[in-house]
This record gives sequence, structure tokens and C-alpha cells, in this order.
Amino acid sequence: MRQKLLFGLCVAAAWLVVADLAVILLVLPDEAAQGAIYRIIFFHVPAAWTAFLGFFLALAASVLFLVTKNLRYDGLAVAVTETGLAFGAANLVTGMIWGRVIWGIWWTWDARLTSMLVCWLLYAGYLMLRHAVEEPTQRAKVSAVFSIFAFADVPIVFFSIKWWRTQHPQPVVWGGGTMDPSMWNMLFLNWVPLLLLFAALATLRMRQEQAQREIDALRRHAHAL
Amino acid sequence: MNFFRQAWIVAAKDLRAELRTKEAINASLAFALVILLLFSFAFDPTSDQTREISGGLLWIVFAFAGALILNRSFARELVNDCLDALVASPISSAALFLGKCLANVTLLVAVELVCMPVFGVFYNVRWTRRFWPLLLVLALGTWGLTVVGTMFSALTVNLRLRELMLPTLVYPLMIPGLMAAIQLTTALIAGQPLAGDMYNWLKLLVGFDIIFTALALGLVDTVLVG
Repeated sequence: MRQKLLFGLCVAAAWLVVADLAVILLVLPDEAAQGAIYRIIFFHVPAAWTAFLGFFLALAASVLFLVTKNLRYDGLAVAVTETGLAFGAANLVTGMIWGRVIWGIWWTWDARLTSMLVCWLLYAGYLMLRHAVEEPTQRAKVSAVFSIFAFADVPIVFFSIKWWRTQHPQPVVWGGGTMDPSMWNMLFLNWVPLLLLFAALATLRMRQEQAQREIDALRRHAHAL
Repeated sequence: MNFFRQAWIVAAKDLRAELRTKEAINASLAFALVILLLFSFAFDPTSDQTREISGGLLWIVFAFAGALILNRSFARELVNDCLDALVASPISSAALFLGKCLANVTLLVAVELVCMPVFGVFYNVRWTRRFWPLLLVLALGTWGLTVVGTMFSALTVNLRLRELMLPTLVYPLMIPGLMAAIQLTTALIAGQPLAGDMYNWLKLLVGFDIIFTALALGLVDTVLVG
């Protein structure tokens, strides 16, 4: 049953992304100043939202773990962190491609790019930290605390644009940027398949964690015998 | 016995142990001087350039040297199960943590105060023009570094790869605080006053310190006790 649900999620995501791509590539006109390349924004921005959603869920799962000591929440935390990292990478890479075309450079040390990279490195550190701890309960505790610390860094990413001078185009959601309503809607429409994909990947990863816990328990049981 | 007195007793114990053995502070100081020397080979700057990179150069030295002190902070309590005794003692984990932070901050500021004149001599920079504001920035930046570092020292104390994990985890987390400290230090060494843009950086640094001190004090009990 769950297998079918997961499969259904992936199919829905694939179908929606194709439908969205048709509109993005064929219906929407080129942007006045940037030409065709602006279309990458329909993946760039929703990928960032999805990544931050993942990091936020990781925070919630980490807090829930520390409160309940239920290892299922630890599994959820690692699943959403890893999936969030994948979307964060997609955000960085699409941003770099856009930057190469519009700015002529792959990378610039402006506040938003740097902050996203810092966030990404932080959560990559989270995964590294997990590898360094053997004992499951200690691993869950240590990584939950780290996840909370890392999330305290996330608001700085959001507010960095207010605090630091930056080369990044004003964010369309809040800040000075403007956008045509049809493009606006598309941004949200294209977020839906990314969210579905996120849900599918996170569920899959969580089931892996659960299976891993069961295997470890069986192994310990076998050793005890 | 109130909270701050408990913290002070832990800090005094740590400082006394450190002053008698001089394990961490000697290593940290020597390391800081070596990096200062290495940078002079790496850049060979003129005095104008030095003034522009002074903040970054100094804070990288302090962050590296700090990692040596912070690594030892909780690890030194592993011998003879001292950490278990400390956790079992009738003080809160937050007081224990605050005491450790105070001791680490004192040691690190001491290392910094030795490094500054050495930096001034090696790089031919007059750094005392804004001495008191600079001292404030050093103290605030070091406090941020120490709070985050001491927390992760507690977090990673039982790990195999402790010495590797601490800097890898702490430095990315420190970036906003370090950025502010670097900007402020560069400006103050160049003789600019703490005003305008610099005032905003100071606010960022203070905010960083407050957020992470509060988080660490709130979570340290979970880390040490369970």
C-alpha cells in the first residue's frame, strides 16, 4: 500500500513537472531584460523554498526527538535534512547557471549566495557528524542539538539581504522585486511537483532509516545469543 | 550558592588547572604565532594592504588558536571520569557550561592580547589607535567563538574524530559572528570610529552572541545529562 502511495507521488510529480514545463517553455514569453534564461527561476526559487522547508522540518523533528526520545523522529530528521540538502544543491547549481549567463560569472561572494552555501555546508556537517557517532541514541541526541544550532543560522540567510549590501536580484517574495502575475502563479505551480518529489524522497529515506534500525536491532539480538 | 558563583567556581578550577599545566594555552599561543609568521610569507603585504586584511588575518589566527583551547575544554575531563563527577555534582549543567566558557574566554583573550603586539611589530601596523573599542570587539567576538566552541566541545567529547569534528562544525556556524568581528577589527585598526555601518556590525555581533549563548545554555543539559 505504502509502496503504491510512494509510486503515485512520484508519478504525480513527474506529470505535473511536464505540464508545468510545457507552460514555462511554450506559453510564457521571454522576460524583457533577461531573455530566455529567466525561466530557470521556476526551479531555482521553489528549490530554495523546498530546501528551507526541509531544514525547518528537521528542526521540528529534532526538537520532537529531544522531547520524546523516540528514534522515529531522528529518522525523520535525517530524511528531511538529506532531501533538503539535495534541493539546496539544486538551488545553488541553477543559481550558478543563471549567474554565468546574466552576470558572466559562476560565483560571486554576495550575501545570499554565501549564506546559502554556508547553510548547505552546515547541514552537510550534520550528515558528517552522524557518521562520526556509533551509538544510535547518542547519535540522535548529538545531531538533534546540532540541527537546532544550524537552524539558528537560517534566519541570518533570510535577513542577510536586509543586513548586507548585495548583488542578488531583489527577492520577488519580499523586497523590492516585481513580477508579472502569470509568472508569479507559475512559481507556485511549479513548487507543487517539487514538494511531491520532496515528500516521496523523504518518505523513502525515512523507511531506509527504519529498516536500518531494525537490522541493527536484529544484529544486536544475534550477538546477545 | 547562586548560579553565577557556581559558574565562577568551575571557571576558577579550569583556569587554575590550566595555569599549572599550561597544556592548552602554550600550544595555542605557539600555534597562533606560527600562523602569524606563515601569513607574512603567504602575503608579504605592504602596510596599506596589511591594514585592509588585518581583521581577517587576526580572526583566522584566533579561530585556529581557539580550536586548540576549545578541543581540550571538555576532553580534559575524560581522564579519571572527571566529567561524570562534574555532571553528578550539585550544580546545573548550565552553570558548569558557563564556567567552562568563562575560563575559555579568559584564556583565548589572553592569547589574543599576546598576538596583537606581535602582529603590530611583524606587520608594522599601529593597532592601538582605537584600543578600548578594539578590546570590546575582541571580547565580543571571542565570546561568540567560545560559546559555540565550548558547546561543540561538550557535544563531541565522546567521539572518535573529536579533533576533526569540532573545527568542521564550529567554523561554518561561526561565519556571521566572524564576519562582523572581522569587519569591526579591520575598521578599528584603520582608526575608524564605531559609527554608521560599523555600529550595525556591532549589533549583529552582539545579537549573534546573545542568540547562541541562550541556545547553548538551554540545550547543554540535554547534551551532558541526556
